[in-house]
Amino acid sequence: MSEPVPAGGTGLDTQPGLETAQTPRATEDVAKRTNLREYGILGALIIIVLLFQVLTGGKLLQPDNVASLIQQNAYVMILAIGMVMVIVAGHIDLSVGSIVAFIGGVLAIAMVNWNLPWLLAVILGLAVGVAVGAWQGFWVAYVGVPAFIVTLAGMLVFRGLAIIIVGETIAGLPSGFVAISNGGLLGLLGYAGVLDVFTLVIGALAIAAFVAGQLRTRRTLRAHDLMVEPRGAFLAKLVVIGLLIAFFTWVLAASAIGMPYVLVIVAVLILAYAFLMNRTVFGRHIYAIGGNVHAAVLSGVNVRRVNFRIFVNMGLLAAIAAVVTTSRAGAGIASAGVNYELDAIAAAFIGGTAVSGGVGKVSGAIVGALIMGVLNMGLSIMSVNPAWQQAIKGLVLLAAVAFDLLNKRKVAGA
Amino acid sequence: MTQADAGHTLLEMRDITKTFPGVKALSGVTLTVRRGEVHAICGENGAGKSTLMKVLSGVHPHGTYEGEIRFEGKECRYRSIRDSEADGIVIIHQELALSPYLSIAENIFLGNERAQRGIIDWNLTNAEAARLLARVGLAERPDTKVQTLGVGKQQLVEIAKALSKDVRLLILDEPTAALNDEDSGHLLDLIRSLRAQHITCIIISHKLNEIAAIADSTTILRDGQTVETLAMHGAEPVSEERIIRGMVGRSLDQRFPDHTPSIGEEVFRLQDWTVHHPVDGSRVVVDHANLVVRAGEIVGIAGLMGAGRTELAMSVFGRSWGTRISGTAYVRGKPVDVSTVGRAISAGLAYASEDRKRFGLNLIDDIKHNTTAAALGKVSRSGVLDQAREYKVAETFRRRLGTKTPTVDAVVGKLSGGNQQKVVLSRWMFTDPEVLILDEPTRGIDVGAKYEIYTHINALADAGKGVIVISSELPELLGLCDRIYALSQGVLTGEVPRAEASQEVLMRYMTKEKEVARR
Repeated sequence: MSEPVPAGGTGLDTQPGLETAQTPRATEDVAKRTNLREYGILGALIIIVLLFQVLTGGKLLQPDNVASLIQQNAYVMILAIGMVMVIVAGHIDLSVGSIVAFIGGVLAIAMVNWNLPWLLAVILGLAVGVAVGAWQGFWVAYVGVPAFIVTLAGMLVFRGLAIIIVGETIAGLPSGFVAISNGGLLGLLGYAGVLDVFTLVIGALAIAAFVAGQLRTRRTLRAHDLMVEPRGAFLAKLVVIGLLIAFFTWVLAASAIGMPYVLVIVAVLILAYAFLMNRTVFGRHIYAIGGNVHAAVLSGVNVRRVNFRIFVNMGLLAAIAAVVTTSRAGAGIASAGVNYELDAIAAAFIGGTAVSGGVGKVSGAIVGALIMGVLNMGLSIMSVNPAWQQAIKGLVLLAAVAFDLLNKRKVAGA
Repeated sequence: MTQADAGHTLLEMRDITKTFPGVKALSGVTLTVRRGEVHAICGENGAGKSTLMKVLSGVHPHGTYEGEIRFEGKECRYRSIRDSEADGIVIIHQELALSPYLSIAENIFLGNERAQRGIIDWNLTNAEAARLLARVGLAERPDTKVQTLGVGKQQLVEIAKALSKDVRLLILDEPTAALNDEDSGHLLDLIRSLRAQHITCIIISHKLNEIAAIADSTTILRDGQTVETLAMHGAEPVSEERIIRGMVGRSLDQRFPDHTPSIGEEVFRLQDWTVHHPVDGSRVVVDHANLVVRAGEIVGIAGLMGAGRTELAMSVFGRSWGTRISGTAYVRGKPVDVSTVGRAISAGLAYASEDRKRFGLNLIDDIKHNTTAAALGKVSRSGVLDQAREYKVAETFRRRLGTKTPTVDAVVGKLSGGNQQKVVLSRWMFTDPEVLILDEPTRGIDVGAKYEIYTHINALADAGKGVIVISSELPELLGLCDRIYALSQGVLTGEVPRAEASQEVLMRYMTKEKEVARR
């Protein structure tokens, strides 16, 4: 349609780095760089954990603190999973905090006022979450209202609805429901001293599954002559992550509740959504839309349908977060979930999700959520003023995203 | 125009050479414009017209080109558009640059506000705007929002804006390309009346009949060089044929792989295909197009800028462009549903965009994901991707097309233009289409990679596909295609088999006017 640029722009036919990239040395550098990007955030988490372990005089990693760290931050992880998908596709969701409060209200009313069994109430809550997601997805995907506006409206609408249906608080939830976020699997296989055997078994299985998965991936890459990490780095990675899981398991096995139920829920969600994003057509379409929406359209991606489903899914995850939050509080509270959307967005960005969309991983967002959680926990144990906690979290978010941008610029310039 | 004024040289550009990395866009171009004349510049796409005007207006600042510019006798060293505008040189681009939500008057004085100490004098603004509007013959109130105006009227606002700057040389880049016949006629009248007001005009146009009607002289550019300057009112009137000869007079020097086509049955047919402009629904962009592609055949579509080539292709490919689309597409003789991109792909169509960075590739993703993007169904089962197969597919195409990359894990944005184009081709070859529409398949690709792309296009035809190639480079079409359609202002004005095709023949069809073609 337009006259070709006489030169410059598209006429440049250089291949930066490609010639040199074929030498083994350069390939190694590329692999290292990829690793650094991928594990940098994990390293930051470990450093923060160690820092607070020292600052709190060893209190941070006490078994019961670790268990409650998970229980208190499960909602961020759950919401961050959905938020990564929303942001990768180039949207944002400001409404999830209000949705958590609204669905918390629905759950409480179902159990307390209508006397529904708690499992049925949970199913009802999840269904309402899907409906709420479909409502927002409709406006974003089919009407074309920017998600920022739709979910800003949603933030107001669902907060208002939460206050209307709940009033202030609906307490007296059944103990089975309350246990979701406050209890754990304990003593299923007996005890070894003070350690819960079941938790240890799960930990061992997790390590085995992780190592097997990594080996399989490495073999597949090898089979296709693709870049693999140097053997040393690969082994170091297996050992470090294996040890981390082992340590974590050992700590949890010594806690008063054993394996928290919410950890099971979160773990299942992480695995399921990592699979969804990496291994399914739906996940691929999300990345395609975020990477270049025009190209996605011209490749036959039904962009509207994908966007719609992203928001339906976000509604579902917000409902799960509502179950966890309401269970943790033991009551439906109209003012629950304030700023949850910001926590989830921050977790996604700290975890390396690109502000411009197209890039982001579930695992990154989880690590981002844990960084936020550890900060919360550590600062609380140190009894730092909540106002300061908030300010510090803000600075960490800023630093994480700025670091990521600078890192990318360096890679691009290299 | 008083005869005494005429004849004096207003603008002289001497030996202008402009080099971009790797390409010489202008080499030793000379342009002389006399005071008070309408001077047309024409040439093929990429001949260097726009670059020349960018040099003149300071978009390419002094020092980035060689040669000398003299305006009103003194040498000019413009560093930006502001400098050239200060001398009264105003350029109006084809894509109008008005702010849609501001009023006509606000637009006219944008950046040049009628204000005292930062406070805008609205009465003065509107009064002056009204005077300018009267001068360009636009009967609208100055406080009308520009958004509510059609393209033709917006163009007049642009000219009024130029007049407000005390313009002495008005440059119009393809001013009538987006206009309907009535608006075009009005605009040409206005240019005549500006000439009577001693305003010199340079007009870049593909419409040779308009040039013949309005220009006093015509400079023809070809491959970044001045071919000649014709005096239009000399002893011998200059015909359109004469201009065409100047525009294309070059031999087929590019090299194309040898190819003997084996042409089979019809695979694709388009009947009465009509498309309207998505914004201005009354504008017909493609007008009752009928075309046929046979198996093993490479069919070219030639057309000048704005003829509707890409619009035709994209409207067929899942209605990706345009509104009020009518007509029927047939694949292997059966009418097919091409109402969405997904359906068009299922029907056996593939379309590789002219702008692979904006519309083709996900630049931040890797080769393998870009390769499978349009046919994920083939590498997945019930929605779950088989990544090992994906690798294999990407690897197979990488080898077949000779994409230069260490692995298919490489990020597409870092590849060269030629290799990116191979990834685009891989994607569409993997969908196993019946018909491939390749829009400017070698744009921004160096000569060696072009040859490779041509080889792959030939191979696709030999595999029994129908291939449609859209290109603004006529030699490319002549070297590659078995048959070429010419498109002019949305109308397929001619169909030329390879044996009869030449640049002159094509250019004649490509510049054919609507009325003649509809006959």
